[in-house]
Amino acid sequence: MAETADHSSAEEFKKHLGKYYVVFVALLCLTAVTVGVSYLKLNRPLAIAVALVIASVKAGLVAGVFMHLISEKKVIYAVLILTAAFFLLVLLLPSLTIFESVAA
Amino acid sequence: MSAHPADAAIPHTVEPHPITGIPNGKFGIWLFLASEVMLFGALFSSYVLIRTQAAHWPPEGGLSSEILNVPLATLNTAVLITSSITMVLAWASCKLGRLDRFRLWMGSTIALSFVFLVIKYFEYTHKFHDGHFPSTNNFYAIYFTMTGLHGLHVIGGIVVNTFLLTAGTWLWKVDREHFTNRVENAGLYWHFVDLVWIFLFPSLYLL
Repeated sequence: MAETADHSSAEEFKKHLGKYYVVFVALLCLTAVTVGVSYLKLNRPLAIAVALVIASVKAGLVAGVFMHLISEKKVIYAVLILTAAFFLLVLLLPSLTIFESVAA
Repeated sequence: MSAHPADAAIPHTVEPHPITGIPNGKFGIWLFLASEVMLFGALFSSYVLIRTQAAHWPPEGGLSSEILNVPLATLNTAVLITSSITMVLAWASCKLGRLDRFRLWMGSTIALSFVFLVIKYFEYTHKFHDGHFPSTNNFYAIYFTMTGLHGLHVIGGIVVNTFLLTAGTWLWKVDREHFTNRVENAGLYWHFVDLVWIFLFPSLYLL
């Protein structure tokens, strides 16, 4: 979207601004939901799952709309797929090593 | 040779690079953000490891939400989310050719960043007052390290955004699109800082 807007299509661009406000309100609501759910004192696995799902939805909104990731170039997706793979590796590897040694 | 900075032609600041399809600055900031994911990723990984191996979390008993200040952190979440939309609006104002609006929204973004830091300062000093330091136990070590590194990123954002709001606006007069791209790149960084907090808040305070 950033690439398509130029000075001649300022009016066209203005129409897109509404979605930023929608995302803003959605982010505030989801923050309220995640805090509200924490007071329910759910059992731990469920509480972790709910909190992570809400955080992921919020992150998706920020990355997708505020950072324009919905309509980005392939090269950025490629960088992010690599990053995600290494992120999962660094996140899971230490824990997996521990679990293996406990099992053995 | 002219001394004006605009004459030092750095390629692909505005027009997309033929290979990547985007200006170099934008590609650069995304690569930087990729490295930032690994930086915070390593800390999250350490947190998961330490926490899953702990007999009790927090070690002193109770719940994270009882030890840390959830209302203040919730307020800070709202402050940071608001600063993200003001940042988007600052960039959009550049797109629409409105430098006055840009100044308004960028100024708001910086002001909100300071509000975030002030609230964080109150949280920290309260913990210090109660005798809780990074050396107290693993819980506080993780808490101070992760929120501290995030706080440093907020300060970094303030520095860049303040430059764009003040001395950096010379570029607007010379090359509007180039300036707009700089604002967009600063915005990408700022939204990332917001994004990190979106995960820090529930995992440190609520769970």
